[in-house]
Amino acid sequence: MKAFTYQRAGSAEDAARLAAHPGAMLLAGGTTLLDLAKCGVAEPDMLVDIGHISGLDAIAVDAGGATIGALAKMSAVADHAGMRAAFPAVAESLSQAASAQLRNMATIGGNLLQRTRCPYFRDPAAFPACNKRDPGSGCAAIGGVTRNHAVLGTSEACIATYPGDLAVALVAFDAAVRLGGRTIAVEEFFLVPGDTPAREHAIGPGEMITAVAIPASPAARRSTFLKVRDRQSYEFAAASAAVGLELGPDGRTIRDLRVALGGVATVPWRCRAVEDALKGTLLEPESVRAASRLAVEGAVAQADNAHKIDLAPRLVARAILSLGGLA
Amino acid sequence: MTTEITIELDINGRSETLTLDPRVTLLDALREHLGLTGTKKGCDQGQCGACTVHVDGARVLSCLTLAAQAAGRPVTTIEGLSAPGGELHPVQAAFLEHDAFQCGYCTPGQIMSAVACIREGHAGSDEEIREYMAGNLCRCGAYPHIVAAVRQAAEMAS
Repeated sequence: MKAFTYQRAGSAEDAARLAAHPGAMLLAGGTTLLDLAKCGVAEPDMLVDIGHISGLDAIAVDAGGATIGALAKMSAVADHAGMRAAFPAVAESLSQAASAQLRNMATIGGNLLQRTRCPYFRDPAAFPACNKRDPGSGCAAIGGVTRNHAVLGTSEACIATYPGDLAVALVAFDAAVRLGGRTIAVEEFFLVPGDTPAREHAIGPGEMITAVAIPASPAARRSTFLKVRDRQSYEFAAASAAVGLELGPDGRTIRDLRVALGGVATVPWRCRAVEDALKGTLLEPESVRAASRLAVEGAVAQADNAHKIDLAPRLVARAILSLGGLA
Repeated sequence: MTTEITIELDINGRSETLTLDPRVTLLDALREHLGLTGTKKGCDQGQCGACTVHVDGARVLSCLTLAAQAAGRPVTTIEGLSAPGGELHPVQAAFLEHDAFQCGYCTPGQIMSAVACIREGHAGSDEEIREYMAGNLCRCGAYPHIVAAVRQAAEMAS
């Protein structure tokens, strides 16, 4: 691990001032950053510990929605009664992520910023080529072992999967990220790789995530997070779906639908084609299964990950039907 | 050259002042600087749970925590679990009774995790214990006995 100095920030302003130092990185829970420093991927000169700033970990839920401080722990949000009632998919995305220990450490802001688990990205000694780590150096994953790489949102430069679960639920329910004085939709916060895969977020120099805001909606209240993994627990998603459903007064007409996919794309992937195809129609297994296939429109498989293109729509259909009481 | 920092840690109720490289993890501070080798280093990258300790009463991974991050927060390790007279914690006793280990390397982490799991109220059924103990791997495969030990300790605590 490269040498670094350690500073504690006493306030968000303090953090911004310290973070202006060249080579400085913000340290919150540390579960991603220390791991990547040990891998030789992250090479900070200075760590600015923001984990002791008070007042940034509040969780507030009211009729309008939820506001979650950036330093709230994953476990606190997963267990929060108000979140579980108004945003079950969000709470479930967190309780199914990582392990109990990691959920006690990792913060909501840091969770959003977690880096890809692409094994080529994480091993610079064995695989020098990585456009995300070293722009222009190439991609060792393309043509390599690609079982867990993305099928949606990929480019010639990068096929790394966005690994998080929370952001998938957030993107489904139109959540926004607060960067101090500026607010940006989660959907616009994450950037597809294109030819600049090193740039993953619309976060500017000197900016820090201070909170996440999620508007309340009937679809968010009736929602679920389904996650399929290679082992039952403590594993990243092979595919995941955050789905919310609002039915009309007849109990059969789909009034609102939210669908987002994780584990299959380079960013949290909102599936508006599925939503648009089903909104206003009757909830029926056949039409739900047919429309769910639109979730992977435009997917491009690598050598080892074509199964994700079959898996993801099935997950979407199962989530919609189970919310509607039909599965 | 790295500039060393001086920090004060609260380990099992004792105050410890250490001067160390800022890169030193809480795990290495415990084992290499304080001689508390009960906390184990398994993967050293947050995947196995062998290094589980409690910080501020919550179970965390000491391999992904800098010692400096823990300064000012109470830390409990496996050495701090038993009563002052040496009497075993009920979870330790349950692990012995159920033979919930083979080689024993993951055991301190399993026990620290189990104590927290029970305190959190996540040990209500075998299924729930398996889910909430998923962050602690046992390469010997002693899982059935671990679940039985946690279940018994949870029943005794309730």
